[in-house]
Amino acid sequence: MKIKLIDIAHGRSGDKGDAANIGIIAYDNNGFDMLQKYVTTEAVKKHFEGICFGEVERFELPNLKALNFLLHNTLGGGGTVSLKLDAQGKTLAVALLRMEIEVE
Amino acid sequence: MKEKIRIASGQGFWGDLIEAPFYQVTRGEIDYLVMDYLAEVTMSILQKQKNKNPNLGYAKDIPDLMKRILPICKEKKIKVITNGGGVNPVACAKAVLQVAQTLGISGVKIGIVLEDDIKERIDEIISAGCELKNMETGDSIIEIKEKLLSANVYFGAFPIVEALQKGADIVITGRTTDTGLTLAPMIYEFGWEKNEYDLMSAGTIAGHILECGAQSTGGNFLGDWDSVPNFAEIGFPICEAFSNGEFIITKHEALGGKVTVETVSEQLLYEIGNPEEYITPDCVADFTSIKLKQSGENRVRVYAIKGKPETEFYKVSCSYADGFSASGSLTYSWPKALTKAKAADQILRKRLELLNLSFDEIRSEFVGYNSCHGPLAPEIDEDKINEIQLRVSVRSHDFASVERFGKELAPLILTGPPSVTGFAGGRPKPNEVVAYWPALMPKTLVQPKVEILEI
Repeated sequence: MKIKLIDIAHGRSGDKGDAANIGIIAYDNNGFDMLQKYVTTEAVKKHFEGICFGEVERFELPNLKALNFLLHNTLGGGGTVSLKLDAQGKTLAVALLRMEIEVE
Repeated sequence: MKEKIRIASGQGFWGDLIEAPFYQVTRGEIDYLVMDYLAEVTMSILQKQKNKNPNLGYAKDIPDLMKRILPICKEKKIKVITNGGGVNPVACAKAVLQVAQTLGISGVKIGIVLEDDIKERIDEIISAGCELKNMETGDSIIEIKEKLLSANVYFGAFPIVEALQKGADIVITGRTTDTGLTLAPMIYEFGWEKNEYDLMSAGTIAGHILECGAQSTGGNFLGDWDSVPNFAEIGFPICEAFSNGEFIITKHEALGGKVTVETVSEQLLYEIGNPEEYITPDCVADFTSIKLKQSGENRVRVYAIKGKPETEFYKVSCSYADGFSASGSLTYSWPKALTKAKAADQILRKRLELLNLSFDEIRSEFVGYNSCHGPLAPEIDEDKINEIQLRVSVRSHDFASVERFGKELAPLILTGPPSVTGFAGGRPKPNEVVAYWPALMPKTLVQPKVEILEI
């Protein structure tokens, strides 16, 4: 069965220099199990091909049913250096939630 | 010692809702109003203002705001803490004293936190053996020393605590951490000790929840955002803090917004790195220890927070001039809006090439199609698209190239694809690019200083 992350999670994103931070939060425990299992560092790196040009770091916060990602080399230089309309990565949380996962 | 205090957030950045701090002091009871005005970009803007006029360099909204709220704060004994002093906290404090004088208010003590500005001390710091190496690239600051616009140390809560202990009713700082503004009144009121790291972390995390204003009370909330009541009069967060380190995030009942485990969780995840190591000058807080519980309508209890000792370093934020950029746009209408915008982009790029201009980067975005999500944006059916805005931006160390780019956009209206409009703003002007230089510095190389002004 295919599930779109936006149906099981919400979140927020922002900037840390040229890196974007994306936090995603499952609505329930079952959803968090799916995030933990399927939204891996590799899956996120592949999803953001052409957007993220650096390393992807992944952190777990089971207490908040959440995952936090740092996407390095993603914001076109960050700050006022970046020419991007979304220089602060504000819309990248929903970009991640576009991801579809194949669950059993 | 008090058992409980109410700390209200009044501002999430310079440019935030002007009415918010006024609502916080008038629509319910609070003990402290804390306001964060400083983003990284703000410091360089303020430094430029101070270079032009030595009496400027702080958030100019503050005197106007104090004119409205000082009499109320005085009557209700609300203390105000802000980092809006920017690169000139003394001038900011004097402007506020002027306001008090005009209003005929006396008996006001303003605490000022100084010495975070190290721009004039760079050589001395380098000779002391600290090259302020860029945390991302490892390069020494010597490489950009001549281009520095601002350099500030992030102080924590303790200089503010000192000001409160000296009787300050208002505390104005320069570059203090956003979280320190909220932690400080807890340390002061509850008598917490520096080495009580769980408590330091609790106050720090409370500060993280408050520092972006309404982002924890329903603003920019990605969950069921359309269920958030009364955005127009959104209530900014209030932290009801207890002496044992537990706290409740809430808001004034009379205002809009909502406080749920979901709205608070989103803010907890905002702009963090490794959640087990949230580093501030006061402690290293562990976000994986936080427990949240809905304890009533618009009330979220936050507890069980753990933390570790602070590091031996202050974070330093420097900014420097790094070339020029410009950005402009044109709007293309149906039919085939995207095809036309893409054609116009190619024509423009060809002309820039023929002119032999020099750019570090040229970026084209198609607003209405892919400006937010780039290659993740799915293909669109052009027949269903009414219009597309072409946005082109350039960056270069050659001012003339950026200036000439600004003159090449408008000609596309008469010399390119049809049904184009939206060029009312004139030629895009070159802006100075401000780049950041994050670094670490041993805490021993700088001592915060606290002064009190009184009227």
